[in-house]
Amino acid sequence: MANSNSNRRKFMATTLQSVGLTALGGLLWSGYTDEVKASPLVLRPPGALPEDDFLKACIKCGLCAEACVNRDSNKNKDGSKRPGTLQMAKGGDHRMIGTPFFIPTEVPCYMCDDVPCVPVCPSGALDALSLKSEEKELDINEARMGLAVVHKESCIAFWGIQCDACYRACPLMDEAISLEYHQNKRTGKHAFLLPIVHSDVCTGCGLCEQACVTEEPAIFVLPIEYSTGKAGAHYVKGWDKKDQLRAGERKLDEIETKTERSEQEASDYLNTEVEY
Amino acid sequence: MSNIKYLLLRRVTQIGLLVLYFGANAYGWHILEGTFGASKLFGFIPLADPYTTLQVLASGFVLGADVLLGAVIITLFYFVVGGRAFCSWVCPINMVTDLANWLRRKFNLDKEEVNYRFLKRNARYWLMVLGLIVSAVVGVAAFEVLSPITIMQRGLIFGFGAGISVVIAIFLFDLFGVKNGWCGHLCPLGASYSLIGKASLIRVKHDHEACTNCMECKIVCPENQVLHMINKESISVTDGECTNCGRCIDVCGDDALGFSIRSFGNKK
Repeated sequence: MANSNSNRRKFMATTLQSVGLTALGGLLWSGYTDEVKASPLVLRPPGALPEDDFLKACIKCGLCAEACVNRDSNKNKDGSKRPGTLQMAKGGDHRMIGTPFFIPTEVPCYMCDDVPCVPVCPSGALDALSLKSEEKELDINEARMGLAVVHKESCIAFWGIQCDACYRACPLMDEAISLEYHQNKRTGKHAFLLPIVHSDVCTGCGLCEQACVTEEPAIFVLPIEYSTGKAGAHYVKGWDKKDQLRAGERKLDEIETKTERSEQEASDYLNTEVEY
Repeated sequence: MSNIKYLLLRRVTQIGLLVLYFGANAYGWHILEGTFGASKLFGFIPLADPYTTLQVLASGFVLGADVLLGAVIITLFYFVVGGRAFCSWVCPINMVTDLANWLRRKFNLDKEEVNYRFLKRNARYWLMVLGLIVSAVVGVAAFEVLSPITIMQRGLIFGFGAGISVVIAIFLFDLFGVKNGWCGHLCPLGASYSLIGKASLIRVKHDHEACTNCMECKIVCPENQVLHMINKESISVTDGECTNCGRCIDVCGDDALGFSIRSFGNKK
């Protein structure tokens, strides 16, 4: 009797210990895993799912990187192999280990016509459907790996110095990057040739960033979530008939915004200074 | 002296597979591409690791058909034929932990039998389940972010970076910490293959009549609890934790151990 009692007590203690240690391990493990997936500024291969889904889906097999480096076009004139665009994240790369990414200034994406990296993905992390154009073939121009952004203060074209390196490097010249001409009032007789990126066309391949002549690139690719803003549904283009329809469909109670301020009359606060 | 037939065969298999994987990236071979997470054999047969696949599914992503089919193929292979052979015939970490084990024996680090109160051999099954739970909670395949197996394999194919430290850590843990610490206590992937391979056909069989009770087999066995029948009964090793490494067969001087096909006739 006493023996069975102490046995039961021992069993309970062991069980409790196992459960407790498992919980401890689970917390540490979860914390670590959550930290390592937080590497936001990373450029993924073409067709990659949005980062959160991509991190779930990528099985870290490296088939995309192998297809990239071994493509027929990836050779120097003497036949030797060049490094591929896609790297597999190693320890110390500060990106989720084992996932593919690229750094434009090292090797940008050359936007191969046959997109060798995407169809080999076995898990669905690289989604071929997202690159299908109307002809039902893979179309690399549909890729949105990121979006190029120009920092106009360090871009020498904005200083008035003639440079169109990014414009000429762009595989979608005049579509993804166009040059806008402005008069240079300082000299009175020269033109600014300003590179303007169009986000509806730019694939984020990074050839512009690699071509940029400044010490640190003045044009660079960022993941789309970080290089785009969002106006919100409550802004309607009054001059655009289609957009106007949007306003017509909206119900009043949907667009009512209540803030601390909106409860007051406009005249109550517009004439007073803001208190911080 | 002891024979090294199976040891050599295993090293040839392990290194051979790594060479094929390496060549797929370095030279564009289409024999065995990818990594253990997911591979392609001969350019078209998909292979995938079952536990990795389960983690991704647990994280809430419905995987592509290639991975699912690949996981079924691998599961069937080890379920029917191989048992837990992945661990000793394929996994590159096995070479690291075997080296640690060998050094332990050479330097007599095993003399003191230590009872690790908190680290039992069944910890791996807890970790296996925990890995799936963490995958579901965090939304990322949890073991894959720290798995020394694929870190070492990718390291050999694509370059190690700081990933080598994980491999060294496993080596030090097994050498100076717990005997068979990683493969025999912690690795959730090995745990999954233990479960998958429990009923497989290829088994080590013991011949009680021939045994002289020298216990060499128990000394080299990385999971020696599976050899409970030594000098007791003439039966097969049916425990799923046996990795089918064949070291016990190599070191047996009495021909009392050998691979055989599981016999279903005289099950107890």
